[in-house]
Amino acid sequence: MNASLNLLIGLAMGLNLLALGSSRLPSLIRAMSLQGVVLGVMPLLLEQGADWRVGLVALATVVGKGVVIPSLLRRAMRAAHIDREMEPFIGFVPSLLLGAAGTIAAVALARALPLLPEHQGLLLVPGSIASVLTGFILLIGRAKAISQVCGYLILENGIYLFGLLLIHSTPLLVESGILLDLTVGVFVIGIIVDRIQRAFDSLDTRKLTVLRE
Amino acid sequence: MRALLLVIIPLVGAALAAFWPGNRTRPWLLPAVGLVHAGLTFWLFLDPPRVGPADWFGFDPLARAVLPAVSLLFLVCAAYGVSYLQVRSERPNRVFVALLLTVLSLLSAGHQARHLGLLWIATEAVTLAAVPLLHFNGTPRAFEATWKYLLVGGTGIALSLLGSFCLGYSSLHGGGGGDLTFVALMSQGAGLSRPWVLTAWVLLLVGYGTKMGLAPMHTWKPDAYGEAPGLVGAILAGGVTTVAFTAILRVRAVIGAAGAGAIADRSLLVIGLFSMAVAALFLLGTRDFKRMLAYSSVEHMGILSIGAALGGAGMWAALFHVWTNSLTKGALFLSAANIRRAAGSPSLDAVRGMSVLTPRSSALFVTGLFAVTACPPFGPFFSELKVLRAALAAGHGVATAIFLGCLLLAFFGLTRVVFAVVDGRPRRAARVNSQRFVETLGVIAPPLVLLGLSLALGVFTPPLLQDAWSAAVAQLRPAP
Repeated sequence: MNASLNLLIGLAMGLNLLALGSSRLPSLIRAMSLQGVVLGVMPLLLEQGADWRVGLVALATVVGKGVVIPSLLRRAMRAAHIDREMEPFIGFVPSLLLGAAGTIAAVALARALPLLPEHQGLLLVPGSIASVLTGFILLIGRAKAISQVCGYLILENGIYLFGLLLIHSTPLLVESGILLDLTVGVFVIGIIVDRIQRAFDSLDTRKLTVLRE
Repeated sequence: MRALLLVIIPLVGAALAAFWPGNRTRPWLLPAVGLVHAGLTFWLFLDPPRVGPADWFGFDPLARAVLPAVSLLFLVCAAYGVSYLQVRSERPNRVFVALLLTVLSLLSAGHQARHLGLLWIATEAVTLAAVPLLHFNGTPRAFEATWKYLLVGGTGIALSLLGSFCLGYSSLHGGGGGDLTFVALMSQGAGLSRPWVLTAWVLLLVGYGTKMGLAPMHTWKPDAYGEAPGLVGAILAGGVTTVAFTAILRVRAVIGAAGAGAIADRSLLVIGLFSMAVAALFLLGTRDFKRMLAYSSVEHMGILSIGAALGGAGMWAALFHVWTNSLTKGALFLSAANIRRAAGSPSLDAVRGMSVLTPRSSALFVTGLFAVTACPPFGPFFSELKVLRAALAAGHGVATAIFLGCLLLAFFGLTRVVFAVVDGRPRRAARVNSQRFVETLGVIAPPLVLLGLSLALGVFTPPLLQDAWSAAVAQLRPAP
């Protein structure tokens, strides 16, 4: 059980590095959505007697992160006629090195935090921290709005990974509220991306520099 | 039930606004709902309901100490909104009115949330609901500001979710049953796992601090306040930041119960002083009088954070300051919005001599400036004095000196900008533009009322209100 879960978390961590190293937007979106699907399956593995409510959360996650959000982003990408991240603020190789260092730091940091006996030996905490760091690197280091959205989603994936530690104890109401908020958040981001595209005729956030001291 | 109505009524109003046919009559829903909300809030304030310890939601002492200020501010801003949307009648206001009412509903929910998860959901939802309000003007600048608000605010809110999970896990690790109400977490106290509690505190302080606009997480604020309509700025600065501050207070109470109160207080003090210093320095440099208001807001969030760090007396003063700051800042935002509309630009390069073109708004703006820089007898003077006395009583000599120095610098910065706007000979472009703007009662009375309330709070602080603040402090710092 734990071994297969750890395999999936390892896969998600590998996808982090793939996302950091890809210069083409479609492959970045693919890495992000694949990670969402991997994450969506995890609750089913974590829960022994698969409850229908857990199944529902899993299904919503897989459909949301794996299908709906990526297709939204792909549409924005086509509308803006871009498919490549040119001249990022942090280059692809430095991003990868930072990501690798972050993953190592995440494993080291996770050792300092005590875990319950049933969570011993799981990679959830390091996986979570590594994804959050990856999200930050993408948010800071990329210039295209779509890449930044992907970074934000990977950051959220990291938080979702951590949330799995609490899946037995938090009431479903809270979980579904959180899921709903995140989905609405992505839709709002999507709408703003669309408006920026129309107002600036570009999705390059380097053009958003009017407001500064 | 009455407490829940505070959430439901604005939501029903929002749904009504979404289907209301007339663009000209729709804005009247704002003051109508605001009036009902304020009436209900004051009824609850005078006759607080019983809140069970296990309740997820309720009009508890902290909500009683803060929510009436937000409700009052919203009511006045809603009245201003009617005149504002009449001036802007060329723009459809369906989304604007509906979402402004949704924001009121979510603010009421956030202030009354007694559950870690519920609090997060309300704060996140209010962040998202405010997005279309920010780009109401539809200019490229407004979209740029909205993008920065979304990215910075979204990241902050994500970190506070991670912090909430960490706090939940600290309870699980300490043998708790996973009950995430603040009462349950506080009663678990020292049983919470310490490494997780400290991790949670850092993440929650950064997360909700971003929403509040504490430096260095304040970067979205100047852009958002600078580009949003004035009344949206007033509600963001007086209502949304307040909900983030009460979130920090509730979390701080749990951290205190877990035995890490000293660490929490130190971090609040440092981040508060840093916010004041950053704000003071930027106030000396900015050339935009709407961005100036944002930096002033960062400064006052710093004061709140410092107050929260200074024990019971400081926390009482901070709750006092929530009231005085919300009302005074509201007056400044609304009068600045009038000047901005008449002048056609928020930049000092294009605006001067506004006392000739908009005499009443300019008078309000200057009076508001003196009120917000803590000149007696306005409210902020008395609340900041209380913070200062708490700091001295706690023996924070250096912090007090920095606090006073920052206030002085902020005074220089604010007066520099405000008098540059008001004095001198108006530019020709502003002269032409201002002919389209009339200082009607509808745009002058709201900031005047807010200033009057700020003055009244300073001269005569109702004993009932003082008792409400004391009760909230007792809730947040229970006697051991």
